[in-house]
This record gives sequence, structure tokens and C-alpha cells, in this order.
Amino acid sequence: MNPDQLLFTKTHEWVAVSEQDGGKVVTVGLSAFAIEALTDLVYLELPKVGSQATAEEPFCEVESVKAVSDLYAPVSGKVIAVNDGLPNALETLSDDPYGAGWIAKIAVSDDSELDRLLDHAAYQAMCQEEA
Amino acid sequence: MVDFAGWSMPIQYTSIVEEHHCVRKALGVFDISHMGRLNISGADAVRLIDHVFTRRVVDMKPNQIRYGLVCNEAGGILDDVLVYRLSADTEATSGISHRMVVNASNREKIVAWLNEKQKRGGFDAKIADVTLETAMIAVQGPNAIQVLNPLVDVDAGSMRYYTGQVANIAGHDCYISRTGYTGEDGWELIVTAPASTAVWEIVLGAGHSAGAKPVGLGARDTLRLEAAMPLYGHELSETISPVQAGLGFALNLKDRDFIGRDAIVQFQQDTALPVRIGLALDGKRIAREGATVFCQGKPIGAVTSGTYSPTLDRPIAMAYVSPDSSQPGTQLTIDIRGKDSPATVVPLPFYSRS
Repeated sequence: MNPDQLLFTKTHEWVAVSEQDGGKVVTVGLSAFAIEALTDLVYLELPKVGSQATAEEPFCEVESVKAVSDLYAPVSGKVIAVNDGLPNALETLSDDPYGAGWIAKIAVSDDSELDRLLDHAAYQAMCQEEA
Repeated sequence: MVDFAGWSMPIQYTSIVEEHHCVRKALGVFDISHMGRLNISGADAVRLIDHVFTRRVVDMKPNQIRYGLVCNEAGGILDDVLVYRLSADTEATSGISHRMVVNASNREKIVAWLNEKQKRGGFDAKIADVTLETAMIAVQGPNAIQVLNPLVDVDAGSMRYYTGQVANIAGHDCYISRTGYTGEDGWELIVTAPASTAVWEIVLGAGHSAGAKPVGLGARDTLRLEAAMPLYGHELSETISPVQAGLGFALNLKDRDFIGRDAIVQFQQDTALPVRIGLALDGKRIAREGATVFCQGKPIGAVTSGTYSPTLDRPIAMAYVSPDSSQPGTQLTIDIRGKDSPATVVPLPFYSRS
């Protein structure tokens, strides 16, 4: 997926919004910038399908040789799918962060939470400041 | 970049895992200038070092280097250090007979300790901390010798392990030793601070076709962990005795005295103290420092260092546990952030070069 069509959190998750059964569903992943910064990933714990995610709260974790990092839910809602194969193919995260490296799908419970997310240009500007 | 004992150092140049494999398979170059370098001179230099060091110093031959500990009176470890006996030439021209290389985090403590013992004992000895005037570069890995030998005016390949000598590298004075902290064959160079950048670039440039890469602190940690080398502040501290740490080889207790000796002899009788072990973990999660280790549901110790082992492709850890659960093959569990992770006690080191 082209990152210009995605939204981003300040905590480096990306979000692709789609419509499903009359509601909004987001596909969530980790930005290329974050994956590059983490390097040497060894472990990913996916959220549980059916669990409830809360916006800006930890919803799964990724571990590199250096440290463990939480991933934060970009929006609130029920986790409806996870990328089961990903924990055993962590290289996919760096090979295709915005496609095959997706992590989970969340059924959005409050569309207004999407308004808080950054577009790609704003996110890149933020990363540049961090770097 | 991170702050490490006041030194700004890179965790990695590219990737910890890539840099790790590079040292095991080719050649890694490390800036280890943070290590403290102390020159010791004076008629009583040997007596002073012998008084504070767990190894015998009097019988060290010129160019010989020994690993050992500096302990307090209670037998706790103040630091693990290398003592170098310098050459007769160096001693004749500079008066410096010995060098001590200490951990960055303990440098000021050890300098103060040596100065205090020198004064109290009335030793004719002078300790000069030359850390900031010098730099130290480690060249480690199977390709080290083919890269270093053409650059230096000595036959580095014929040097014995744990020896060192004065040399010249591409026009720069240096001290070269066959030592390291990676579990690979390798050399360490001490150069003057002004020459450090040039020597760094010369070694990396000459090593380019042999696969040489700069290596950061992250891989320095994974390499030493696979080789089961203890790290001060993790496996070693003022409340851990050398006996518990499994460093019996670094103790010369017979027919000599040094600070902490009697306490260490007592520790040898105490078979109930926790001991250092190696753990190989199932799963992919890393057990980090402080994680509690259990045997059949009962807490028996804690992890002191843990990482992913790039060579073994699995998580490994070192821990202190009660001796009755320390036998290789013992099944234990580690609490990793609230979840039990199975682990097996394995012999140390995790890796040794064939």
C-alpha cells in the first residue's frame, strides 16, 4: 500500500481505513520508520481476536534485541482479525511494512477518533524532528 | 547513541545481529576507548598491585597480561580488570612497569581505591589515569590477523593469548595485545587520542575486503554473553563473590595475601550461595535483567543478563540461582513480564570458537 493513503499515530502505528458491513474497519501496522529504528526484531505478540482495544492504550508488543516496545491502538474497537503468520515471519515487517506486514484489524467504535490521526506528510515531519 | 558511564557510544552502527555475525564470521572493529587505562610506575608497583589483585603479580613476565578482580575486604567485587606487565624497555624509558585496564563505570572508584591503598601501605607507586589521553580499538574475528599483520611492525599472529607489546601501526605508536571480549580470536590496540581516528579508519579501510565492519555496544553485549563473559553491574558487583561468579580461575589464593582473600576463602566453604548459570530459553521472548527464575513454582534466583543469541538463534540468559537447581539439564521457568517461559540450565559458555 502507498503510505500516502494511510493515516499515522504519533506512536508510529499506521492505519488504513475501509468500510465493512456499514461500519469502519482499520487495518493497523507499524511504520517503516519505527521498524528501522527498532531493528533486530525477535518477537511479536499479536492482540487476541475478539479483544477490545482502547485508543492510545497498549494493545500488543514487539520485542527487539535491544528492548520491548508496546504498540498502541490507534482507535477504540473490537479486534476482528490478526495476521497470524507474522510472528513467525518477522522479516515481513521490514520487507513490506505497509502490506503483508499488517498486524491487526479493528472495527472502529467511534469514527471521531480517526480525526486525531496524522496524514503521511505530517507523520514524516514528526519523524524528521525525532531523528 | 547512548550514554554509557559518561561516554556517548553507539548501540549499533547498522544492526546488532548483523554486527554480531560479522565478528563471528569475518571481522569487527570496536571503539572501546571508554575502558579505563591506568599506568602504574614506581619501585613498589608490583607490591601495590599484588595487594589489591586476586591474581599473583610477582611472577608475571614482561608482556604478560592477566585477568582478575579487585575486591573489597568482604570479598565483594569492585571491578574485573586486566593487569599488563609492560616490557623492560618501557619500564626503563618511562618508569611505567604495569598497566591496568578497568571498566568505564568503575574507573574513578578503582583510581581512588589504588591511591588510597598506595598511601595507606606507604608503597612507592604512582597511578596515572591516561584514559583521556589514549584511545582503545578492538579488532576481533577470524579475519583479524590477515588485516592487522600487514599494518603492524610485529608478527601479531605469533603473539600468545594474553600477551601484549609495543608496536607501530601504519606510522602510529601503539600497544597491541592479543585480548578481547567477544569469544573470538582478536587483538586490542591502545593508541594516543590524536591518532585514534586515523587508526580507526586505517583498520576499517584495510579490512574492507575482508568484511570488516564497525561494531557497537549492542553486539559487544551479545558476543560477550554467548562467550559467558561476566559484565560488571550484571554478573559482578560488590555484593557478589568471585566464587559465586564461577571465577575460580581468576583467583590465586595460595601462599599470598590480598584484600578480600580471607573472605573469599570463607565463601568457598559456603555451598548455599547462589551461583552463576546459563539458561537456554524456549520461545522467542528475551528474559531481561531482573526477571525471576523459578524451579517448580518456587523462586530460586534472578536473571542478570539476557539476550537473543544470533549464533544459536534463540534467547539465552545468565542468572544467579540456588546451587541445588544449577545442574545442566535442570528445567526452570522464567517470569517474563508476567508470563512463564520455560528454560533449561546449560553449561557455560553458550559459544566457544572451534
